[in-house]
Amino acid sequence: MHGSDASTAAERPQASGDAGMRRLPLRCGVGLKASHLQQVLDERPDAGFFEVHAENFMVPGGPLHHWLGRVREHYPLSLHGVALSIGADADLDLEHLERLALLLDRYQPASFSEHLAWSTHGGTYLNDLLPLPYDRPCLQRVCDHVDQVQTRLRRRMLLENPATYVRFASSTMDEAAFIHEVVRRTGCGLLLDVNNVYVSSINHGYDARAALQGLPLDAVGEIHLAGFASQTDGAGAPLLIDNHGAPIAPAVWDLYRFALASTGPVATLLERDNDVPPLALLLAEARQADRLLHDCAKALRASHPDDARVASA
Amino acid sequence: MTDQGAFVSALLDPHQACPADLRSWNGSDPTPRFAVHRNNIVVSLVDALAEQFPVTLELVGAEFFRAMAQAFVQQHPPRTRIIAFIGAPFADFIASFAPAASVPYLADVARLEMTRIEACHAADADTLTSDAIERVMADPQQLALVAVMFHPSVYLLSSPHAIFSLWAAHQGALDIADVDPDIAQHVLVFRDGLDVQALQITFGAYGFLTRLRSGDTLAEAAGAAVDTDASFDLPGAIALLLRHPLVTGMEPLP
Repeated sequence: MHGSDASTAAERPQASGDAGMRRLPLRCGVGLKASHLQQVLDERPDAGFFEVHAENFMVPGGPLHHWLGRVREHYPLSLHGVALSIGADADLDLEHLERLALLLDRYQPASFSEHLAWSTHGGTYLNDLLPLPYDRPCLQRVCDHVDQVQTRLRRRMLLENPATYVRFASSTMDEAAFIHEVVRRTGCGLLLDVNNVYVSSINHGYDARAALQGLPLDAVGEIHLAGFASQTDGAGAPLLIDNHGAPIAPAVWDLYRFALASTGPVATLLERDNDVPPLALLLAEARQADRLLHDCAKALRASHPDDARVASA
Repeated sequence: MTDQGAFVSALLDPHQACPADLRSWNGSDPTPRFAVHRNNIVVSLVDALAEQFPVTLELVGAEFFRAMAQAFVQQHPPRTRIIAFIGAPFADFIASFAPAASVPYLADVARLEMTRIEACHAADADTLTSDAIERVMADPQQLALVAVMFHPSVYLLSSPHAIFSLWAAHQGALDIADVDPDIAQHVLVFRDGLDVQALQITFGAYGFLTRLRSGDTLAEAAGAAVDTDASFDLPGAIALLLRHPLVTGMEPLP
């Protein structure tokens, strides 16, 4: 990898051609888009890592696997699942779990993450991340599913906090408390989506910073940054849509800086799934995050020279 | 406790009220908020289908295609979590979609596009060299005994419509004005390295390859093809096996 070496000796690639690490580097990565693949392999840009949606690679063979294998030779990989449906009111799909296990075995990603959401019912797949009430029965179900996943995959997974648009009458706790409990009971990590915290705070009229502080920040294994679109709700109040179709908003950069002050530097991913610009623009945005990570590490070293979080940043 | 089944039912039918247990922090009608999910699902799936079926789209225009695709996803939401394969039932849907009845070749063109996607993602497998295949061909005893194993990316299509020409015209290979859609065509689809190939083949070659696929020996398949059509070009069909990476094995039947 190019650029500043953000890894400790113990985490450096084991051999040339193997960018394998069991932890993502404390740098910013970008989502790997099919339209950027050739350019990534030709130019080998200085991205911290690449992230892909697991389901896109659950095909038997062909060019997708060829290209991902080539990228994997040169960069750490984060595998981000979207369809495991952890929040479903049903058993996890074992075939899907096996496909995941196969993928993880093949690509040895430095990180695996999924969503606090559901997307399936009775064999139908809805291609969206659907909300769940935050009550005791749902909490038990989510914990059982996370346990099952971590046991089958033999690794810790990261659970992502969702962007939500509706609340449920039956919820008995807030989202941060729910996630805190899942992390406490299962030992999973948190994929802190800072954009989702912001979007949800606007959509439900609460303070984003307070909500962020309520999350289990000591369990953060990765941060997501993304853009949103704006609409209004039935009363004309702002309704933000987590569509990953725009650059990071200033308020989200602010919240990211605020988060880093608590977490220290964390591997950060820039998500862009819609209206995807040229790779150079995504990398420029990623460099903004890299600068903030660098500043965060520097500030931490100055105030806490013995802090383990900055030993490798 | 929310019923996820009722939630899904309301998601897919915009005429249904949104689930009764939804709330907004400001007391507003939750319907526009629920509509975000309704919209996410339809738009993401219709966008995916538009990307996967560009020729089908061009044949009827974006507006018609998207309306047809929306009807498809709302009536037949995906049974797979792999977006690449959500279009598997699309061609059959098109064939029964009344507003498309005036475009009778549309379903089969969609079928060709879906077949190319399946070929793209099929499992990897090593293929025999043309030398190895020729050695078997040169031995009359082998011809009577061996069955042919095909690469997982090999597909054969037959249509009463000129699906290959219609598809090729959209790649710029010929002028669509020159295409008579009511001529039957047969297509061989396969992956060559990383690239999907689609070749127009004769009716005879289609029959020959189909018989081989179903387990006939080379001799049986060749014999049947010639019986069907005395002018069947056997060397031409064999040349397909030699020229393209279609064959993974040639084994005597047990």
